[in-house]
Amino acid sequence: MGYSADEMMAIFAMQGFAGISLFSVLLLMALGLAIIFGQMGVINMAHGEFMAVGAYTTYMLSVLSEEFFPGFIQYYFVFAIIASFIIAGILGFLAEFALIRHLYKRPLDTLLATWGLSLIMQQVFRSVFGAREVSPTLPDWLLGSYQPTDMIDIPLNGLFVLALTFFVTLGVFLLMFKSRWGLRVRATTQNRVMSSAVGINTKMVDRLTFALGCGIAGIAGAAFTTIASTGPTTGSLYIVDTFMVVVFGGAASLFGTIASAFSIAQAQSILEFFISGSMAKVITLLTIVIILMMRPEGLFSIKVRK
Amino acid sequence: MKSKFVHSNWRKLMGAALGVSLGANIGIASAAGVNETGLAVTDDTVKVGILHSLTGTMAISETGAQEAEKLAIKQINDMGGILGRKIEIIQEDGASDWPTFAEKSRKLLVKDKVAAVFGCWTSASRKAALPVFEKENGLLYYPTFYEGLEQSKNVIYTGQEATQQILAGLDWVAKEKGAKTFYLIGSDYIWPRTSMKIARKHIENVLGGKVVGEEYKPLGNTQFGSVINKIRLKKPDVIYAAVVGGSNVAWFKQLKAAGITGKKQTLLTLSVTEDEVLGIGGENLEGFYSVMKYFQSLDNPNNKAFVKAFKEMHGEDSVIGDVTQAAYLGPWLWKAAVEQAGSFDVDKVVKVSETAGIELKDAPEGYVKLHPNHHLWSKTRVAKWNKDGQATVVFESDLIEPNPFPEGYQ
Repeated sequence: MGYSADEMMAIFAMQGFAGISLFSVLLLMALGLAIIFGQMGVINMAHGEFMAVGAYTTYMLSVLSEEFFPGFIQYYFVFAIIASFIIAGILGFLAEFALIRHLYKRPLDTLLATWGLSLIMQQVFRSVFGAREVSPTLPDWLLGSYQPTDMIDIPLNGLFVLALTFFVTLGVFLLMFKSRWGLRVRATTQNRVMSSAVGINTKMVDRLTFALGCGIAGIAGAAFTTIASTGPTTGSLYIVDTFMVVVFGGAASLFGTIASAFSIAQAQSILEFFISGSMAKVITLLTIVIILMMRPEGLFSIKVRK
Repeated sequence: MKSKFVHSNWRKLMGAALGVSLGANIGIASAAGVNETGLAVTDDTVKVGILHSLTGTMAISETGAQEAEKLAIKQINDMGGILGRKIEIIQEDGASDWPTFAEKSRKLLVKDKVAAVFGCWTSASRKAALPVFEKENGLLYYPTFYEGLEQSKNVIYTGQEATQQILAGLDWVAKEKGAKTFYLIGSDYIWPRTSMKIARKHIENVLGGKVVGEEYKPLGNTQFGSVINKIRLKKPDVIYAAVVGGSNVAWFKQLKAAGITGKKQTLLTLSVTEDEVLGIGGENLEGFYSVMKYFQSLDNPNNKAFVKAFKEMHGEDSVIGDVTQAAYLGPWLWKAAVEQAGSFDVDKVVKVSETAGIELKDAPEGYVKLHPNHHLWSKTRVAKWNKDGQATVVFESDLIEPNPFPEGYQ
């Protein structure tokens, strides 16, 4: 083909980053779901809609700051991420209180109930924000690319999502494995009756775990406004990939989620480079199906007393 | 209680009978036969259907089309209606679900007996509704630019078919930018695939250029990193794109993030109108080109009046894309044909549409004329996007003949 070594190196570097970038996107999407599924056994079909809550929060803050504080537009995004976490978290808290907690003993019904919740939320988005897709105005520091050399362009929004994913994952780990609260969550997962007996308020643990998962979905939604647009049905676009990552990784393991997101992202992006996008997706999915047939519990699994 | 009930019913009956006899008299006096087509036509009204998705994923795109159709119908009514009859709209929601389009078409044609339907957006919804229109002998005005390869007696196509949109744009980019190598990318369904097939034939056989890559991404895909690297590797003169829906936004945001901008790279797209720009953001599109028959910024008095009226009716912030304008033409083309036929009868309206050279002299896009093959003669324009989400027209073709079954391109 006639490419110089420099060019090949540049493409290699950029393609490597494309894979890492996809990895961070998948991981950020899946984290919230993995927490809820792993710790509570609830399959939250409305996960995508909680992401959309985050995305719409970002959009609203962008509109507000354009309207009232034009000078603020360079900084609002940081606040938007925090606000997305809080608002999606509060909504998750309320959803658990109103809906989920009545259905813990009926896992299939939670599936149906959260799916219904997702439809309700989609219609609310449509009624409030309209059917058209929207995009928040992004601050300049999120646009364009970083150029270490003439030939390499690393997208700034990709770097941003990567850094955000890193910090959110780190935060989740510290919370789960180093804090008193995390200890209570893990205790409840392992043996609910016993935890209750030693004085842990397991109902509150459930509610906060669900809220945390939804809040992280909100962060993911806010971050994805830098990549794609937001519409009432945006959430349903992401939900399939999200479930794929969580199920493939092993439902109860955060390490599994990370490993799974990494392998799916790398497979997808390397294959995409050599064959067409649709075929890459087919091959990735087929591989996942085959691996899951051999290891139904996913890549990693923690033994839990049922 | 009982006597009162009977009494009021009796009065209603009397009233109705009176109305019928009066109506019959006027009918004989003014337009004999117009009311006897089996369609929902009375002495002062005629019913039409509007059938677009108001809910679901396609609502984003179809909102503008149905708004434009309502505007045209309101304007026609303000002028006195058609054959002295005001148009009444029965609106149905296709709900982004193709079988629903067929079901609602049947309802409009069989139950409501509408004289014409303005509707559908995706090819899939049109293909689903088509058998119903053919069986019940209805009349559909379809507004979207589409892949061609279709011509039904019961459909008038007010958007461009693929060759009208594609060939002129490719000729322009070859001549103006000296383009030789092309990278084709689209969403993975019939319209982009058919369009790219036509484009490839034209590039290879007519322009003597080369297609260095062809790629289709699943609908809804938001990850374009790998494709963008492939494009970078191939260094095409032109990126030729037909990515649709939410994917479109991701595609342009990621191009910009990867440093591929209008300043360095020629990109020509078939699938970005003013509607899409709202989501994509002008800053991500700046300097790229769209090829369409209509842009909101067209500088002619008819278009200015149209844009003003549209904003008065639907809000100052509304934007008008190619399909919205094409949808606006539907009721006007129908009016012209009905008046020439002197009847709402579908067979007569179709016959006039095919043979009488129905034309609109002052459409927003400029002069258009119906071809016997049910499509419109229209101009094609290439325009460059600005940061504010509007486009500047840089090229305008002559009137192009519609050719839904292009030989040598299939």
